[in-house]
Amino acid sequence: MSGTQTTYNDKVVRQFAVMTVIWGIVGMLVGVIIAAQLVWPELNIGPWLTYGRLRPLHTNAVIFAFGGCALFATSYWCVQRTGHTRLWGGPLIPFTFWGWQIVILLAAITLPLGITQGKEYAELEWPIDILITLVWVSYGLVFFGTIAKRTVSHIYVANWFFGSMIIAVALLHLVNSAVVPVSLTRSYSAYSGVQDAMIQWWYGHNAVGFFLTAGFLGMMYYFVPKQAGRPVYSYRLSVVHFWALIFTYMWAGPHHLHYTALPDWTQSVGMIFSLILLAPSWGGMINGIMTLSGAWHKLRDDPILKFLITSLSFYGMSTFEGPMMSIKTVNALSHYTDWTVGHVHSGALGWVAMVSIGSIYYLLPRLFGKSEMYSTKLVTTHFWIATIGTVLYIASMWIAGVMQGLMWRAVNADGTLAYSFVESVKGSYPFWAIRWLGGVLFLSGMLLMAYNMFKTMAGGNTKDAPVIAPVAHHA
Amino acid sequence: MSDFVSDFWNLYVIVIVLASILACAVLLIVQGKATFTPGKTMGHVWDETLEEYNNPMPKWWSWMFVITVVFALVYLALYPGLGNFKGVLGWTSVGQHTAEVAKVDAAVKPLYDKYMAMDLKAVAGDKQAMEMGKRLYLTYCMQCHGADARGAKGFPNLTDADWQWGGESEQIVETISAGRMGVMPPHAQLGDETIKDLASYVRSLSGLPHDSVRAGKGQTAFNEAGCVGCHGVDGTGMQALGAPNLTDKVWLYGSSEATIVETITNGRQNKMPAWKEFLGDAKVHLLAAYVTSLGGK
Repeated sequence: MSGTQTTYNDKVVRQFAVMTVIWGIVGMLVGVIIAAQLVWPELNIGPWLTYGRLRPLHTNAVIFAFGGCALFATSYWCVQRTGHTRLWGGPLIPFTFWGWQIVILLAAITLPLGITQGKEYAELEWPIDILITLVWVSYGLVFFGTIAKRTVSHIYVANWFFGSMIIAVALLHLVNSAVVPVSLTRSYSAYSGVQDAMIQWWYGHNAVGFFLTAGFLGMMYYFVPKQAGRPVYSYRLSVVHFWALIFTYMWAGPHHLHYTALPDWTQSVGMIFSLILLAPSWGGMINGIMTLSGAWHKLRDDPILKFLITSLSFYGMSTFEGPMMSIKTVNALSHYTDWTVGHVHSGALGWVAMVSIGSIYYLLPRLFGKSEMYSTKLVTTHFWIATIGTVLYIASMWIAGVMQGLMWRAVNADGTLAYSFVESVKGSYPFWAIRWLGGVLFLSGMLLMAYNMFKTMAGGNTKDAPVIAPVAHHA
Repeated sequence: MSDFVSDFWNLYVIVIVLASILACAVLLIVQGKATFTPGKTMGHVWDETLEEYNNPMPKWWSWMFVITVVFALVYLALYPGLGNFKGVLGWTSVGQHTAEVAKVDAAVKPLYDKYMAMDLKAVAGDKQAMEMGKRLYLTYCMQCHGADARGAKGFPNLTDADWQWGGESEQIVETISAGRMGVMPPHAQLGDETIKDLASYVRSLSGLPHDSVRAGKGQTAFNEAGCVGCHGVDGTGMQALGAPNLTDKVWLYGSSEATIVETITNGRQNKMPAWKEFLGDAKVHLLAAYVTSLGGK
């Protein structure tokens, strides 16, 4: 062991980084398939490949397989570099990688078979939930163990976000997944009725808040200043927006249950905390984008920076849209429509995927002993394809969503509904086709990335980098 | 009724909500008073190049934060949110819904009253009433009976001349208002051979190709096994029980031998839900007239 103490553990980062790209392709391909099924229903090949079974596979694959691998890769890289120490944890480290891959494979098998808990973003049955718990606790031990043995006194801001994500997701997963098992493939929720719905959305929205926001803000805080070569804009802003996010995100879940059996007071509390979330969310965007001030010219020919800064723009846009949609009167129009789907994807494609893609492009050459990606031009092409795809997706869902909401509420003078539901479905077809096209573009970008990745890996050198001594403290 | 089992939870919610909002405000104020050195870093370096500027938070951002906090406190004073406190405005989501429904109901009442006073067949002949009926049908009925009202397996076709529970005005109103429960009991105890005989006989009743030897035996079984009790000696059914006419070439579940065998062996359970409570008499009246206008007589 003593011989390896002088290098970083880059092997696990390498494994997770490569799998990020692979799972990204798989998850987005399933997304493209279900988008196509909405346009051409005959593509539902049943029962295993019907929309109802593939949709949870898509969400699990992009959130936990693609997003999860990206978080593991970047947090392991960041905590070692900013702690100036090798990853702690011995066998726990490979266990987090292989355990997580097994979880993903089990999801890919059980969901098409119809084995599900039926809880959105937490569909996997209880034996898989237990494996997730074991992997996640190991992840926490490795991460905080490495923090504990850091050789610098201050903990870098990116690690606050990664750390809060690990703690919050553990809490959410344990509470929401509480079930009474009746067989290996079947279980019943420990909660019932509206409490069950509230627990589900407390989990659901915090999966967005901590997994898909806090974790990826951690990524942002490392890779944006690194790639821009500039200091983070404001330390104080990072303190305030970090703690404010922690205070408020936990409350936002009820906005998914406006105008339901959930008590009015709970809905109101969910709405006001969602509104207060606007400023803390924008704090992250400001700190990222302003980090580039004085170096805007770098954006012109650095596609990695393009990915990172564009992701922050989408982050700012969707964290403005989210609080607006949580207002009860707005939600009365937007809820149950494709507007929600568009909102989720401006976060998922525009923010989560783009910041991950930018970060992984930063990591790949460094992980394989190269000075840059095999083709920077392809990275630029990827950026434009992904951006156009995202814009097509979001814009089509905005139009479809607002149209559906207006059609559903339109009433004739005689009190009858102006449109039947199926008319709103018919009216949505052109927009669903555009959404599918947006998805195809985004997926094509990922294929370019995979090609570029394998070309960069070819003949690469996978020696772990030596641990860098911390810079002496200068007052 | 309170949403809380004890007053403790009421206070718990109030305290924790206000504390969380105020914590945000305090955090903003305290951190805003730190000493800033714009353009200078905090003095820490990680991973060779990572540093942080000691810049103040943008003013416009701090104000935006303050505005949302103030809005939240005002909202909690006006609307329900702080535990059992109902809010100054006394708003509830149920109250909003009731008021909106009452407003629309009051506006359309004269129109519905006019049709309510008319005979069902007269309503069926009224162009405007039938446009309304169609829209009601497309909102409440098409999920089972189809957009074209031609039904599907297990869901009756409303455009043909066959009325399982009767096609008179009062009968259609009754079907929609109170719903119907159709039960064909299972007859597996008859044995596979007899059931096949029965299926052949049933097919023969509506002139479909069948095994005539089996149909002959089936006719005997039809009389002896109790089929006649509901479907009648001649197989023309009984509307009072919703027992289908087997001679009219209309098939609710299908006419293949296999499907008929399945129907006889396992029986069928079917349900038309009751709509009176949900829609009220006036809308049921319009829907019944619309259904009348669809069906042959």
